[in-house]
Amino acid sequence: MKALIDAYTVFWADLRVLRRHLVRTIATSLINPLLYLLAFGYGLGRGISFEGYSYLDFVVPGIIALTAMTSSFNGSGSKLHVDRLFYKCFDEYLMAPVNISSIVIGKTLIGVVRGIISSAALLFTGLMISPKIFASPMLPLFVLVLIISCFVFALLGVLVALLVKSHQDMNTFSTLVLLPMTFLSGTFFSLEGLPETLKTALYLLPLTHSSQCLRAAALNQPFPLESLLALIGFGALLFSGSVLALKKASV
Amino acid sequence: MLDEVIITEGLSKKYGDLWAIKNLSLKVFSGEIFGFLGPNGAGKTTTIRILTTLTKPTFGRAWVGGFDVSEKPEKVREVIGVMQQHLSLDRDLTVRENMELRARLHHFDASERKKRIAELLEYVGLTEHADRTIDELSGGLQRRTMIACSLIHKPKLLFLDEPTVGLDAHTRRRMWDLIRRLNTDGVTVFLTTHYIEEAEALCHRVGIIHEGQLIALDNPFELRQKIGLFTVVTIRENGNASYKYFPDKMVATQYVQSLPSTVKTIVVRESNLEDVFLELTGRGVGD
Repeated sequence: MKALIDAYTVFWADLRVLRRHLVRTIATSLINPLLYLLAFGYGLGRGISFEGYSYLDFVVPGIIALTAMTSSFNGSGSKLHVDRLFYKCFDEYLMAPVNISSIVIGKTLIGVVRGIISSAALLFTGLMISPKIFASPMLPLFVLVLIISCFVFALLGVLVALLVKSHQDMNTFSTLVLLPMTFLSGTFFSLEGLPETLKTALYLLPLTHSSQCLRAAALNQPFPLESLLALIGFGALLFSGSVLALKKASV
Repeated sequence: MLDEVIITEGLSKKYGDLWAIKNLSLKVFSGEIFGFLGPNGAGKTTTIRILTTLTKPTFGRAWVGGFDVSEKPEKVREVIGVMQQHLSLDRDLTVRENMELRARLHHFDASERKKRIAELLEYVGLTEHADRTIDELSGGLQRRTMIACSLIHKPKLLFLDEPTVGLDAHTRRRMWDLIRRLNTDGVTVFLTTHYIEEAEALCHRVGIIHEGQLIALDNPFELRQKIGLFTVVTIRENGNASYKYFPDKMVATQYVQSLPSTVKTIVVRESNLEDVFLELTGRGVGD
């Protein structure tokens, strides 16, 4: 119980900051996915149909998945790494009589909230553009997968923010890992028909599982339960990694 | 009668090939303002980081409030308050929110929080600034907020790392008043500084640290007395200054009268801790 209250305390402070910059935060985190939606969904894919769906219907769940990824990752990671490396105010948490897992959970929750806000905003935009896909009876499952995805990527943000040694490291990670994931993880195209080795490699990325699950739920296709389990596995791994990283950082 | 609140024995910390502090042994007693004086890079912050459980020593041991800093860091954290050298507040939060965060982290319930925050805001003189964000405050007010935050859980021992660095003279003196008031109210203070006058004005005892080693430890008067309470500074035509120390003014004056007429400028003044530092480290001492 105490651990949960402590996690809430850590989350509370970041939530206050988010409230102070809410409009700016939502606006900036929506620009990227909206551009993808316009460029790929409308511009490129207007006339294309894909696996029996219009490309727009196909691509919206993928873009929601990548929005969840970037917003959650940045939501938890960017403030944490700045607070840790530049302002050094993160030391205050390490000095406090608070459990390390509570700090990890608290710092993750703000990323989850940021991810949910951004993807919800995009979801509404998606509903207007492509209402058919959200008539799916699996909508509750869609929301559940979305929340789990936000947790996974918020945890990734926490772990990376705890490990990096500079601001450049953070950018490097975004460019080398997040950006390829954005384009390759079945967000914009189907993984069917790809060479087996490439497909296997792509299944090592959490976003692949996230977009597979979200697409299946949105389009009322057979649900890839193993992908949901893989996502939960990623979450558990990243949580343990973050706790270990923080244990090393504190004495 | 004298309680030791800090004891270090042979405390050493190595970063790579460099000893940040070496074989540091000292005691700080309950009720005093203890100053750790030394130039930048002398090992002051490293010492504070070890004593406040943020860094582990390479060798040696330290007890703070009766607890071993390496073995019982969580116990140590309960009895100490820490004001870091850098601004360690969340800049996007208000003064009140920063204090509330600390109070929540220390498990105060809602009514205790409200009471303690109001009390501390009043104590450090921040009541009227309570709802401004840290970014909107002057350096002096930011420092006050940091002190208020470090006092939330009523620590008996307060660590202040360079509490007045970068503050103007007026603000610095107000900060000194606050530190003295805290001490009068029963808080033991361990502070680091590279300002000579700060150590002289505030501290009951001063430890002088140079290149990671403690080279002197006593009250400011005793330290000055060891080298001589009076200093004669002579400046020759080539601009070089030299310093000589004398036990009293009469001996100093006799020395001045014996000086050749080629000496351009002569100053006789009371010695200060800077003289002590220069004399002990051999730096800057002329012929």
